[in-house]
This record gives sequence, structure tokens and C-alpha cells, in this order.
Amino acid sequence: MFVLETGTEIPVVAPSGADGVLGLVWLVIALPLLGAAVLLLGGRLTDRWGHWLGTAMPVGSFVISLLMFVDLQGRDEEDRQVVKHLYDWIHVGGLRVDMDLLYDPLAALFLLLITGVGSLIHVYSIGYMEHDPRRRRFFGYLNLFVAAMLMLILSENYLGLFLGWEGVGLASYLLIGFWQHKHSAAQAAKKAFVINRVGDMGMVTAIFLAFTLFGSTSFTEISQRAGGASETAMTVLGILLLVGACGKSAQVPLQAWLLDAMEGPTPVSALIHAATMVTAGVYLIVRSNFVFDRAPDAQTAVVVVAVVSILWGAAIGCAKDDIKKALAGSTMSQIGYMMLGAGLGPAGYAFAIFHLLTHGFFKANMFLGAGSVMHGMDDDVDMRHYGLLQKAMPVTFLTFAMGYLAIIGFPGFSGFWSKDKIIEAAIADNWVVGVAAMLGAGVTGFYMTRLMLMTFFSQKRWRKGVHPHESPQVMTIPLIVLAALSVLGGGLLLGNWIIDWLTPVVGEEPEHDLPIPALAITLLVLLVVAAGVATAVALFQRQRVPEVAPTEVSFVTRAARAELYGNEINEGLVVGPGRRLVSGLLVFDRSGADGLFMGGGATVGALGDVLRKVQTGYVRSYALSVLIGVVLVAAAMLAVQL
Amino acid sequence: MTEYVVLSSILFTIGAVGVLVRRNAIVVFMCVELMLNASNLALVAFAKQHGNLEGQVAAFFVMVVAAAEVVVGLAIIMTIFRSRRSASVDDASLLKF
Repeated sequence: MFVLETGTEIPVVAPSGADGVLGLVWLVIALPLLGAAVLLLGGRLTDRWGHWLGTAMPVGSFVISLLMFVDLQGRDEEDRQVVKHLYDWIHVGGLRVDMDLLYDPLAALFLLLITGVGSLIHVYSIGYMEHDPRRRRFFGYLNLFVAAMLMLILSENYLGLFLGWEGVGLASYLLIGFWQHKHSAAQAAKKAFVINRVGDMGMVTAIFLAFTLFGSTSFTEISQRAGGASETAMTVLGILLLVGACGKSAQVPLQAWLLDAMEGPTPVSALIHAATMVTAGVYLIVRSNFVFDRAPDAQTAVVVVAVVSILWGAAIGCAKDDIKKALAGSTMSQIGYMMLGAGLGPAGYAFAIFHLLTHGFFKANMFLGAGSVMHGMDDDVDMRHYGLLQKAMPVTFLTFAMGYLAIIGFPGFSGFWSKDKIIEAAIADNWVVGVAAMLGAGVTGFYMTRLMLMTFFSQKRWRKGVHPHESPQVMTIPLIVLAALSVLGGGLLLGNWIIDWLTPVVGEEPEHDLPIPALAITLLVLLVVAAGVATAVALFQRQRVPEVAPTEVSFVTRAARAELYGNEINEGLVVGPGRRLVSGLLVFDRSGADGLFMGGGATVGALGDVLRKVQTGYVRSYALSVLIGVVLVAAAMLAVQL
Repeated sequence: MTEYVVLSSILFTIGAVGVLVRRNAIVVFMCVELMLNASNLALVAFAKQHGNLEGQVAAFFVMVVAAAEVVVGLAIIMTIFRSRRSASVDDASLLKF
């Protein structure tokens, strides 16, 4: 077994066969898949009860996940990795890929998050999509998403993971463009799909490379053989996986799609573009810990991407007036924290997953809260038209406030525990990274307070004819549950439970020496966050918020409003040159390649025009040519004989 | 011996020139027969000289083929003549570019 410099061992995946309740693991995927099939193939027949079926399926999966979790917890630590072999998938020559499901502590947590938060969002959607004529189809797509996401998490090999990876990409595309009659939604869906393809190229190449290096795509076999590969190979593999992760998790430089993805219905933004799908990149890196632990350079790349994304997303979050886009910037930033944790190696894996879970709770909560606000404000998303909603929507306000306190890291709330731990691990690793992460926390405090104040406090800036009202119970109950989870999510850290729970998967957390005591770091972070909050209060509570965004603003604000020119960078660096390359190729194709072949054809045709004149139709001329031929042949034979 | 070969060559040349210069299909046909018979003469002459039967057998084959050819050829000429009222080979020149 390979031993890290820090003295910890990189764990290998060594699963045993599934028995008892764990044998039901396939049902977790099969239920939502069945739901999607019935709803999408059943057509209008299922319109009346489709949303109930669509909600029942993830709830069923959640119940099974819970039973399996209890069973897994009752086992010995070394017995907690279980594989369920479903069927032989691809057996060709040296390539053997099986449809195997790996259920281990990491997958168990994800299963609970996806099916749990997923079920709540399904329930919420019943209310949110009530007046949409295509509600049944919406639930079909949501079920499809849940099934694909579970496939991604449960697969025992990279190929099966990729199947789910593409499945969630498809579901994301379908749901972003769910209101495809809106041009912007159709465009946003296309953009998300195309940018994700860039990441997928990295992912596919990584799978090819893994197969070339290890002759297998299975986690079990790769983790057992990884010790034999060179560090260079591992670095390349790690960077390719990172490219894939960047695409799916909207990290710089493949971040531009996430803000446009907010065109989708709000429950989609909550489920796919906040709580689950966008965290798949983090999952990928944590799952591939046996690669990254052997490739310090790839880990550095992950950390760099993460830090840039934290600050990039935070800057966007500060400038957007669209409530969903501000939350999307925040999602990007928070995923940056998870990536940072994942990039720190065994010191951060568990905290990355911990933050992923707490973020899943509080961000889903806030997105659904934003949806509830929009529901009451006639689908207006501009926060400059909100204000003083805390009286009109008390439940939404209170639940949103829980999410808000969690994300800024108010002591005791879930985000406090998870973010603090990541910053602590970052400082132990490299103080520059740590300070950047701390700064990000401060900016988070600023933009979330801004969002909170502009929406629920300050002054009424409602448009004419808008009468904000509280949402129905089917929407508020999921909010209350998620708010409770946002508050209590930190409990996972009690007695270091989550760290011990994940140790069999990601390895022992190494001892690290902090330059300053942990308590001092916590206080410092709180101080920075408090400064951010105070700035926001001074700017948005003490002063009147203008109803139209001011145009006389600094360059920094303009840049942040334009998403730090992410789209322009893509346009200038990739799309523009790509388009020029294609038009150049077109010219070459038309004049060069086509010219060669068309010219060849024309030459042969012209030659034929000349040669066909030989066919006169006069028998006597044919006779003459035969005679000449005979004479020539005879002469040739004589010449050879002589 | 030489005489036979010379006569055969003369007959063959007459036949070949006739095929090339004459327009009447019947005459062209006759010239073709002349060439066949010139080669028959050569075959028989060489067979006699070498004292075996192979050349003579070949001559019989040529005769049989010539007879068959006459049957088909004359029938074609007859048909063309019926439709075109002409036996000139130059008139039947539609099969061209």
C-alpha cells in the first residue's frame, strides 16, 4: 500500500458482496427511472396523477436509502463497502465493464442528500408548477434527473459514472429549457449543454487514460493498481478529471453556463444547479482520491481553480440584482469551497463532503425561498422591486433567514462548521489560499446580507398591481424542513462523526500544525464576515435602495455585473477563433479539397469528350483499328523473338 | 511450299484491303471469307509441310465457324437492307457518339 509523506495510507476500494437490505440498492435508481418512463411515455393519460407518482418515486428511494444507511452504520468499519453486481455490461476483448453498484459511506451520504432534498423539492414543485400545463412532463424530467444522479453516485466504475454524468447533463438541458418558448431559456439550455461537453471531453479522455494505464475503469481495480503508475501519469489523469469536474460544477474557466441556467424553473435551480448536480465535480474528485493523492500537482491545480472560483462567484453575487443569479454566483463560490477542500487531499475530503451536504440544505432552502418570493411577486426576479417582504411572507422570510445565517457562517448554524473547517485546513496547507478563502467568506457575508436586505427589509419597492402573499403549505413545508436542516446540519460534525464515517473511503485525516490556534482562525473569519455584513447594512439598510440599478458605477461593479466578462472571454478566446477557423476550413474545403476533386473529374470528363470522337459508327474504321492492332501485336511478338 | 504461303498472303491482303475500302456489305462479307480462306490455305500448307493433321483440323474448324458466321451475317444484312433499302456499311453508322 502506498504511503503519503504525511504518513497516512491511501485507502483502496475493497468491497464485499451485497446482501440483506443492501441488495436493494438497485431499487434506489430503478424507482425514479420507472417514474420517468411512465410519465414521459404515458403522455396525457398520466396528466392527472403524474405529479403524485413523480413525487412518490424519490420518496420511495429515500426510504430505501435510509434503511440501507441504518444497515451500513450497523456494520464494522472495514465491512462498509458493498458492491451489487447487476449484470455484465460490456465484455469485449480486454475491456470488461460490469453494471456494478458501489455502496459505501460516501455514496450513502450522497444518496440521502439526493433523495431527501430531491423529495422535498418534488413536493414543493407540486405547488410551484401547479398552473403549468406541462407539469407532468416536468416531473418526468425531474425523475429522470434523480435516476441519472443516483447512477452517477452509485456506479462502481468510471464508465457507469459517465452514464449518469451524461444523464444529469441531459436532464439539466431539458429542465433549463423547460420553458423553451422563451428564447433566452432555449439559448441558456444550449449554452449549458455545449459548455458541459467541453468538460466531458476531459472526462472521456480521463476514462480512456485510466483504461490504458490500468486496463480497467473500475474504482476497485484502479485503486488497487494505482500505486504502480508514475506520478506524471497520475497528474495528467487528475487534471483531465478536473476539467470534467470544472464543466459540471461550473468552476472557472467553464463557469459561464451556471448563471444562464437560472432560466429554468426555480425548483430546478434548487435541485440541479445548487444542491446536487453541480456538486458532482466535487464527488468525482473525492471519489478519485486514489488518483489525486498520488498527484500533488493536480491537487494544486484543483486548489487554484477553487480559489479563483470562490472569488469569481462571490464578485458576481455582489453585483446581480436578479435574485436567482445572485444565488447562482453564490453557488459557484460555495462549490469553490468544496473544491478547495477536495484539493487539499485527505486533510480536506471529509470537509468538502460536509460542506457539500450543508450547502445542499441551505442553498436548496434559499433557492426554494427565492421561488416562493417570485411566486408571490408575479415571477419578478429583480430584487430592486422587492423590499420589506418579511411581513407579507413570514414563513418564507424565517426559513430564508435560517439559510442566510447558515451560508454566512453564523456560529452554530451548519455553514459555520463546514466552511470554518475548510478555511482551517486551507490555512494549514498554504496561508495565501487560506486568506483568499477567508476573504471569500467576508464577501459572502456582504452579498448575502445585501440580498437579504433588498428582499425582506429596506423599503417597499413593489410594482403596481403586485400583492405579495405567502405560498401554499405544499411549498412552505419543504422550506421549513430544509430550514431545520440548515440549522442542524452542523450536527454531522458532532464527535467528528462525518470524518470517522468517511475515513474508509478517503483515508485518515492527517495531523496538521496551524500557524495560529484554531479558535483564533474562527474568530478571524467571524470578524471578516461581520465586516462584510456591516458594509452591506450600511449600504442597503441605512440608505434607500434605488429602484433602477445606478449606471454611474465603478469599473469593478460594471465588471461584476457582466459576470467578470466570462462570456466575453469565452467569445474572444474560443468562440471567435473557432468561428474563424471554421470559415477558414470552409474556404479551404470549397476551393482546395473540392477544387482538387472537381478538377480531377472535369479533366477526365474533358478527356472523354475528346476520346469519344473515336467512336465514329463506321464499321470500316473499326476494321482498320483492328488491323492496326493485329499488325502491332504481330510486330511486337516478332520483335521479342528476334 | 513458298508459293502456297505467298498465295495465302496475297489472298489475305486482297481480303483485308477489300474490307477496308469497299462499302457494299455483301462485298465486305466476301472479303472476310477471302481472309478466312487465305488463313485456311496457310494452315493446310503448313500441316502438309510438318506432316501432321493439326493444321488441317484447324482449317475444318475455321470452315464451320465461317459457315455459322455467314448465316448470322447474311441475316443481319438482309434485315438492315429491308429497313434502309441500302446495303452500304457506311449508312449503318448510327451507333456512335
